[in-house]
Amino acid sequence: MKIVVCVKQIQNPEIPSAQFRIDEEAKVLIPVSGLSPVLSPFDEQAVEAALRIRDRAGEDTDVEITIVTIASKGVRAPIKAALALGADNAVLLSDSMFDGSGGYVTARNLAEAIRTIGDVDLILTGRQAADGDAGVVGLGIAEILDIPAITFARDVQINDGVVTVQRVLQDGIETVEADLPALVTISNELGKVRHASMRETMRAAKKPVNEWTPEDIGLDEGQAGAAAMRYNRERLYVPVNDIECEFIIGDTPAELAATLAQHMRAAKLI
Amino acid sequence: MTDNDSGVLVVVEVADGQPVDLGKEMLGLARQLTENLGGTVTAVAFGAGLENIGEILIAYGADQVLINDNALFADFHAEAWLPDLSKIISEVAPIVVLIGHSEPGTDLAPRLAFRLDVDVATGCESIEIINGRPHMTRSCFGGLAREVVTFSKTPALATIRSKTQQALEPMIERVGEIEQVSSILDGSSLRTRVVSRETEKADGAKMESAKIVIGGGLGLGGPEGFKTLNEIAELVDGAVGASRAACDLDWCPRSYQIGLSGRTVAPELYIAVGISGASHHMAGCGNSKTIVSVNTDPKAEIFKSSRFGIVGNSQEIMPALAEEIRKLKA
Ligand SMILES: Cc1cc2nc3c(=O)[nH]c(=O)nc-3n(C[C@H](O)[C@H](O)[C@H](O)COP(=O)(O)OP(=O)(O)OC[C@H]3O[C@@H](n4cnc5c(N)ncnc54)[C@H](O)[C@@H]3O)c2cc1C
Ligand SMILES: Nc1ncnc2c1ncn2[C@@H]1O[C@H](COP(=O)(O)O)[C@@H](O)[C@H]1O
Repeated sequence: MKIVVCVKQIQNPEIPSAQFRIDEEAKVLIPVSGLSPVLSPFDEQAVEAALRIRDRAGEDTDVEITIVTIASKGVRAPIKAALALGADNAVLLSDSMFDGSGGYVTARNLAEAIRTIGDVDLILTGRQAADGDAGVVGLGIAEILDIPAITFARDVQINDGVVTVQRVLQDGIETVEADLPALVTISNELGKVRHASMRETMRAAKKPVNEWTPEDIGLDEGQAGAAAMRYNRERLYVPVNDIECEFIIGDTPAELAATLAQHMRAAKLI
Repeated sequence: MTDNDSGVLVVVEVADGQPVDLGKEMLGLARQLTENLGGTVTAVAFGAGLENIGEILIAYGADQVLINDNALFADFHAEAWLPDLSKIISEVAPIVVLIGHSEPGTDLAPRLAFRLDVDVATGCESIEIINGRPHMTRSCFGGLAREVVTFSKTPALATIRSKTQQALEPMIERVGEIEQVSSILDGSSLRTRVVSRETEKADGAKMESAKIVIGGGLGLGGPEGFKTLNEIAELVDGAVGASRAACDLDWCPRSYQIGLSGRTVAPELYIAVGISGASHHMAGCGNSKTIVSVNTDPKAEIFKSSRFGIVGNSQEIMPALAEEIRKLKA
């Protein structure tokens, strides 16, 4: 069985907001210096979902896990991290022509890479990348490849060519299945990811990372990256927050609580 | 964009035969957009047993309502909605399509965009028409930034965050057209099969309409902390929510989660208890009228978005607050 996990490499999404900077002129993020990129958290969980499938499959089923990423040249740490967790190999689309292009182009390019890999049974993505927060690319890949897609998974199981997914609903859980090949997007409810073992980390250095150009996946210049972009970022900004916090003063919890309760009554909320 | 494209189409979710609040909010936005764009507002409702929905949607601003009333649509199933919805959108040919940034909407909109070969802006907070072109403002970087995007193809799809738009006062005398559409769905073509669905009768809807929401985070110290919050919520007819961190530890039901990947609330008063104020959390409560926070750390990020702050231990403050409210109510 062949599983592809699409991962995006981003700036740590949990840095303190005071460190977060953008360039309004160029309309891009200014990376925090000295901070190396990480796997987008939902994508890291997608890798975990793939590893759990392999763990459950047992010895006699061959499960090959391939990491696919579009990222700038030279960015390797997050792929290495995914390989150290236990993925078998990686495809890196790092030609400058793949750069900065939005959900539509990203999905097209990833879909072509997956076609080129060939005979993929299951594609896993994060529910959304934790930089753009879009949640578009996974479903886009499925539409382009014309395969079923199931979103917001907290559990993914494969049995006899069928994927069974527990999906997270606003008010509960739904169990959905589809025949393979299929695509599943992973939500944080999947839970904790494993730590890389020393053994896998050492092995990871020897695992193949294939770098592909647009040509390698059958795309010509107009179909990759900025040339194929259909959206324009008109502006990027950090919203201003001009709230002044008034601290309630008091000597005891009861006093503090009483003042708050008075405020609530004054506002006619009690 | 062809010359024939005009107006705005709104996909309205229906719950218990009624349009959800977000649907009404989007109709308000659609009316505003057509003032500038021209054209009409078309509302589309899918479901089973949609009796009076047409009149309601017209009262809230629709000029035309297309109703797809079919047992197949009793529960939301993205794949099942796609063929009909893409056909309707192609026929109506709007300039903008509004879809709720809800769990169903976020499952549906990207599929629809790729099927129609157009683009989608998810998690939008506003849309403005500049020189006849929709400019969508959406939240990104975990809520820390906003981007304004435009698309080169029509229609522009946008999912709209709850509580960012104002619904109109319903006007019963508004006139409009109601049309029943028949489904082209071939049920046997569906490739995803829903095996079972378990929903907790959660207070979710209540959370979104409550005047007071109390959010609990890791600073509550454990699941017991939520008991006190529930007690207070009951006293003030409010609802309880939580940070993802608290949900992840199962201190409270999953459906309590407020934020980027949870619910969006905008009550009169949001009381954040033991919540640090990560942008991902604020993405779901930042539009509240007034935020009051209780936190042991005077430097906590949450105070930067709060009107009032209490520096203190939630395990002492919250029981005391319950007591004080009881006194006031007595
Ligand atoms: C892609 C992505 C999506 C996310 N989506 C969401 C989301 O939808 N919703 C969400 O909430 N989070 C989300 N998060 C997580 C978010 O970044 C934060 O990690 C999370 O909100 C922190 O939860 P918390 O405030 O409860 O915990 P912490 O950050 O640990 O904060 C606990 C706070 O409690 C205070 N405290 C400690 N003890 C006490 C006490 N006795 N009394 C009072 N105060 C006390 C501390 O000073 C601290 O400020 C997301 C993260 C990512 C990366
Ligand atoms: N540049 C990329 N390389 C590989 N996978 C990506 C990339 N961008 C997005 N994805 C995948 O698509 C998911 C959704 O991304 P998005 O639509 O950008 O929110 C992510 O969680 C990844 O799994």
